[in-house]
Amino acid sequence: MLVLSQVSKRYEDTLALAPTDLQVPAGETLVLIGPSGCGKSTLLRLIVGLSQPNSGTITLEGTALTPANLLQMRQRMGYVIQEGGLFPHLSVRDNVTVMARYLRRDADWIDRRLAELAQLVRLPLELMSRFPAELSGGQRQRVSLMRALMLDPELLLLDEPLGALDPMIRYELQRELKSIFAQLAKTVIMVTHDIAEAAFFGHTLVLMRDGRIVQTGPFKTLARTPAEPFVERFINAQREPMEQFTKVFG
Amino acid sequence: MNVSRFTVALLLVLWAAPLVCFANGTEGSVTITVGSKSFTESVILGDMLAHLARQAGIEVSHQRQLGGTHVLWNALLSGEIDAYPEYTGTLMQETLARDNLLTEAQLTQALATRGLRMTRPLGFNNSYAIGMQEALADQLKLRTISDLHHHPELVLGFGNEFMDRADGWPGLQQRYQLPHRNVRGLDHDLAYRGIESGKLHVTDLYVTDAEIDYYNLRALEDDLNYFPVYEAVILYRADLEQRAPAVAALFKRLAGRIDAPVMRELNARVKLQGDAESAVAASFLEENLKLDIELQTPTAWQRFWRHTREHLLLVGISLGAAILVAIPLGILAARRQGIGQIVLAIAGIVQTIPSLALFVFLIPLLGIGGPPAVVALFLYSLLPIIRNTHAGLRDIAPAIAESAMALGLPSHARLRIVELPLATRAILAGIKTSAVINVGTATLAALIGAGGYGQPILTGIRLDDIGLILQGAIPAAVLALLVQGAFELIERKLLPRDLRSSGETQNKCL
Repeated sequence: MLVLSQVSKRYEDTLALAPTDLQVPAGETLVLIGPSGCGKSTLLRLIVGLSQPNSGTITLEGTALTPANLLQMRQRMGYVIQEGGLFPHLSVRDNVTVMARYLRRDADWIDRRLAELAQLVRLPLELMSRFPAELSGGQRQRVSLMRALMLDPELLLLDEPLGALDPMIRYELQRELKSIFAQLAKTVIMVTHDIAEAAFFGHTLVLMRDGRIVQTGPFKTLARTPAEPFVERFINAQREPMEQFTKVFG
Repeated sequence: MNVSRFTVALLLVLWAAPLVCFANGTEGSVTITVGSKSFTESVILGDMLAHLARQAGIEVSHQRQLGGTHVLWNALLSGEIDAYPEYTGTLMQETLARDNLLTEAQLTQALATRGLRMTRPLGFNNSYAIGMQEALADQLKLRTISDLHHHPELVLGFGNEFMDRADGWPGLQQRYQLPHRNVRGLDHDLAYRGIESGKLHVTDLYVTDAEIDYYNLRALEDDLNYFPVYEAVILYRADLEQRAPAVAALFKRLAGRIDAPVMRELNARVKLQGDAESAVAASFLEENLKLDIELQTPTAWQRFWRHTREHLLLVGISLGAAILVAIPLGILAARRQGIGQIVLAIAGIVQTIPSLALFVFLIPLLGIGGPPAVVALFLYSLLPIIRNTHAGLRDIAPAIAESAMALGLPSHARLRIVELPLATRAILAGIKTSAVINVGTATLAALIGAGGYGQPILTGIRLDDIGLILQGAIPAAVLALLVQGAFELIERKLLPRDLRSSGETQNKCL
């Protein structure tokens, strides 16, 4: 269980995140959604400690996140970003195993884990000696996921992991990711601005606007009983063009 | 990054360098060092001193054309050199001007209080004179310095030392009330070429200069008796009489042996006939003091190797130390914005100090020769490396830097595993820039007695010998290219294949 209580973040004059409470039960997939600049990425960055909250506390399984335990806590989280954030000078293998090697994990364990993860994300082992620039965008995101999962974290954080991919690959990877999440049974928090993707992945959707949570619940609840007109507008804005298109040609 | 290890390494380098490379072998047998100023007459006399010391069985080194009076005087006071040729007028009017010395006896006394002695005059008065082309002087009907009064349009060019000395241009202008406004300072030897080409009309001469006859110059009469007498003497440290009494005795034998025509002849043999100073000095001693001088003339290759060795040492030590210091400073600058600005500003200011000035600033602190040259080159090499390390680290994409953080890698591990490797190309580019600057600037180190490829360049300028200048300039250029090539090889080794081809497309399809 991940618990945020009264967590807020301010950058100089702008409020990036108003004091916010959020609870994510273990094993659940939660999707943060909203327009650009709504605070969804800020929330994720606060959880992984890339920025420090101005107020409030974040606890993972009862342990509060502090600057002192940040490095240990990060080992219990996996973090994937849009462009993958892979280290261009390291091979796929070295990218994935860098932290395990730093922690001096057993070499056999590392090899086994690497093979296991390659199988999970469906990457052939031959690719392990390549460099990130020699991979396709989809392959890079798979590697990024392997790296995030290497130390078997309790919490997986994904910031628009599929945002930079073209639609076909994105569609394919959505399906695979969902099945991976199901196999892993981990707590997952994913950020996206795509409502369909959110509905596809999330047990729970958290819709944000201007640094505040507007509504929390399953997609059905948001669609049927929007808490305010913005929720309806946000959902329809992404749905309407397609529906009108099918009306005309269907 | 282990800062203390860097510090220790640097201290070792800076300590060991002067000891290992530039020591004159002070232990055991007595060795002495003689110096000479940066004009031919002084170098010839310096070579005579070296021959004489060798004659007495003492190991001797000659710091040739070390610089101006100021540098040699201080080097003698501090014991870095034991003797050098000097002129009484220079001592009384310039170096010890504050003592208001009037007689030779007073001068001897003033020197004694500073632990110095001088020989009796060698026999020639190398006074300054003001000279111009004979033809031009005829045309303008100029005979005395006072006559210059009527020709304020003339361009005056004086040796740099004459420009600044109390007994040089400032005093001359005052005594004769000269109205000339177009007055410039330049190297004494270059002034002759300026006169020859007609770009300069009037310059200062040394009475014994071989060029006076060669260029057909007229020395204008000093009708107001401005210039004092410049009797040539050998100035040496009083302790030389104890350390090497035989040498001091031999120096004294030069007294009264060299008159002005002889000195002019010796100068002419070097400057006009192209003989080596040491050969000219040796033949004089053989003829006049009936000494049997064993002339050790190094071959061109031996000289080349010596200059190469000296140059490589200067560059290697200073650049190595600069790399060890500048990379950590660059890292610090990248991580701490505030300190970073200060570090970059200081390194930038150091870079703006003219290199020659920096060399000279360091002489009071570190003496002459290798140590001040190494420190100056070290300071010059810092900025490009600091700046490129800083830029290389700051240019790392935030996504990559943050991914390393999100993995839970601590700061030093992120630096070692991710950030430094990604900044390698920028850091090496900075090192390459520093190396090229360093190799070039090191040629100036010869001005303060550190040797290297600057030595033949300096001598070539003095003797107007393009071949000699090229003997220094070409190897220096080749060395710069070689050093750059070496770092390019290192770059190939260090960078993984991915980072070498930077233009790799990032958008391949699945």
